[in-house]
Amino acid sequence: MIRRIPPAGWAGAALVAALCLFPFAMAMITGQPVGEGAPKFWQGMLIQVFILAVYAMSYDLLMGYTGILSFGHALFFGTGSYVLGIMLKHAGWPLWQATLMIVVVAVAQSLIVGVLSLRVSGVYLTMVTLAFAQMFFILAEATDFREWTGAEDGLQGIPIPAWLSPTDQRLRFYFVALGFALIMYLLARRVVNSPTGAVMVAIRENEPRARMLGYNTFVYKLIAITISGVMAALAGGMNAIWNLNANTAMLGVGTTINALLMTIIGGAGSLVGPMLGAGVLQLLGYWLNAAFGPRWPLIFGVVYILIVLFFPYGLVGTWRLRGGSLLSLWRRRFGEARQAATDARR
Amino acid sequence: MGGCAAHTQDKKYYGGTLSEVIIQAVGLTRHFGGLRAVDGVDIAVAAGSFHAIIGPNGAGKTTLFNLLSGFMKPTSGQVLLRGRDITRLPLHRIAHLGVGRSFQITNVFPSLSVLENVRLAAQAQGRDSLKIWAHAAAFRRYEERARHALGLVGLAARAADVAATLPHGDKRRLELAILLAADSELLLLDEPTAGMATEQVPLLLEVLRGIRRDTGKTILLVEHNMGVVMSLSDMITVMHQGRVLAEGDPAAIAANPAVQSAYLGEAYRHAP
Ligand SMILES: Nc1ncnc2c1ncn2[C@@H]1O[C@H](COP(=O)(O)OP(=O)(O)O)[C@@H](O)[C@H]1O
Ligand SMILES: [Mg+2]
Repeated sequence: MIRRIPPAGWAGAALVAALCLFPFAMAMITGQPVGEGAPKFWQGMLIQVFILAVYAMSYDLLMGYTGILSFGHALFFGTGSYVLGIMLKHAGWPLWQATLMIVVVAVAQSLIVGVLSLRVSGVYLTMVTLAFAQMFFILAEATDFREWTGAEDGLQGIPIPAWLSPTDQRLRFYFVALGFALIMYLLARRVVNSPTGAVMVAIRENEPRARMLGYNTFVYKLIAITISGVMAALAGGMNAIWNLNANTAMLGVGTTINALLMTIIGGAGSLVGPMLGAGVLQLLGYWLNAAFGPRWPLIFGVVYILIVLFFPYGLVGTWRLRGGSLLSLWRRRFGEARQAATDARR
Repeated sequence: MGGCAAHTQDKKYYGGTLSEVIIQAVGLTRHFGGLRAVDGVDIAVAAGSFHAIIGPNGAGKTTLFNLLSGFMKPTSGQVLLRGRDITRLPLHRIAHLGVGRSFQITNVFPSLSVLENVRLAAQAQGRDSLKIWAHAAAFRRYEERARHALGLVGLAARAADVAATLPHGDKRRLELAILLAADSELLLLDEPTAGMATEQVPLLLEVLRGIRRDTGKTILLVEHNMGVVMSLSDMITVMHQGRVLAEGDPAAIAANPAVQSAYLGEAYRHAP
């Protein structure tokens, strides 16, 4: 039996193909060699998108699929980058062992955070996760461990094997990062389509009801946070390789907020949405920075508000509503707002 | 004293036969601040019976269901399931021991499809929920069971609809389908016809009658429709202000003067 590939599958395959061709197309268009100049620069831009996309997707597993609002997601991303840096620079481990270590540490961290925070719910959980992330942020800044972490200067000069050098082997790095994002996406999709993923969604929808059906929801939430944590930590490790350093900002609140922004912009609970959100955040950030200088976050804020107003379920989530219902959604939304404004004036 | 009650009520008469007690409340009490919503209730439900709980609004019927199903923990007292103390067990364990319930206020997974709502109930009964590497749709038996349950309540045609978009009466039927797919031994039904259009009630009754006739399930039902209660029940418990006012078969309850003055008179006289 031949399995029919749905249109979305074809679109995904076409996108991957386009991304594979992108460096060469850039080289042809600009007339520059593929490993230099503009082609190299834009590969770098997309590499960051790929890394952020994995990070955003990991947040979506928690927020979009399981309904857990964490304010401490940077904990996993940042720790992942520090673990990689410390293992390569101070322990002298090979890359694959360091990667394994990222997974081990992330699992331990997720289980601890999960056990301590998942028993409480709602705003408490959000606070507990924030507290954890802040704790590690302070640890990373602490001068006591300067020898290992570089304290407030960050962990600089992580020795990356020459074959994966983000500067000298840009094209290779590009394909490694693309492959990384693709594999992580396929894994995440596997999870959300599994029976376990179905329970995660049930928890998001109505946790007491899920428990009444016989699901030990704590276990499923713990699974969700662990998978999400490992995925975020791997993205953090990748980010450390790309930047050749790990720094405290990766553990900071801003990094968590980025996950939230990318997920909301792209559309929670869709996996591809937050990945797209990562692209929007990265590319828009670049262009706005080029156009407006250091005040670009102000403009970005406005764009963000517009996106939330016009695409209430994120870009992908709202697009899935299809044209007709999107129009009626806007009409309802802004019709109501106009009505409310008229009523208020009266 | 509570332990004593547990022993004396292991068996119970109904319909002329002696039967096992499936679920039992012993001195069950739940306070909300100063309010005693459920106040020292003793009740024993015979396995395989159709047992109704009636009483005016605020009598504590829903709270009693919350306590029996583990949804709420009692201030004092015990819940025994086949003689086993389940008072302190977590909700999901109680569900796995065969207690299912529907809610007076519709309680489903709003943005999931009707089918997925019911499929999740079926999946909860199996042992496949932690198979993170498999595809949920590959477990056909859960979907088949879900479709079967939807067929029983007459919702098969709406399987693909989003639960939140169903009209009220259909949501009530969805509640019931979820319960049927879970295949629990003991069904706690909290006002399944509440707010349902009159013409939809007979179908629901037919489903209840079918369960009673074709399966060994025990049904504990809270219902205001006296026609339903009187025609289906083996046993009726009347609650009033958190306490048990009377208990007996339909004829005895209908004839009980205390019940008539407290509640039943009006309602029963107007029942179809
Ligand atoms: N969660 C709650 N918090 C406070 N009071 C409650 C709660 N649930 C029920 N009650 C009160 O307990 C009493 C019994 O309510 P309930 O069990 O819903 O009665 P019934 O289902 O028989 O109408 C009512 O007075 C109600 O207001
Ligand atoms: Mg009630």
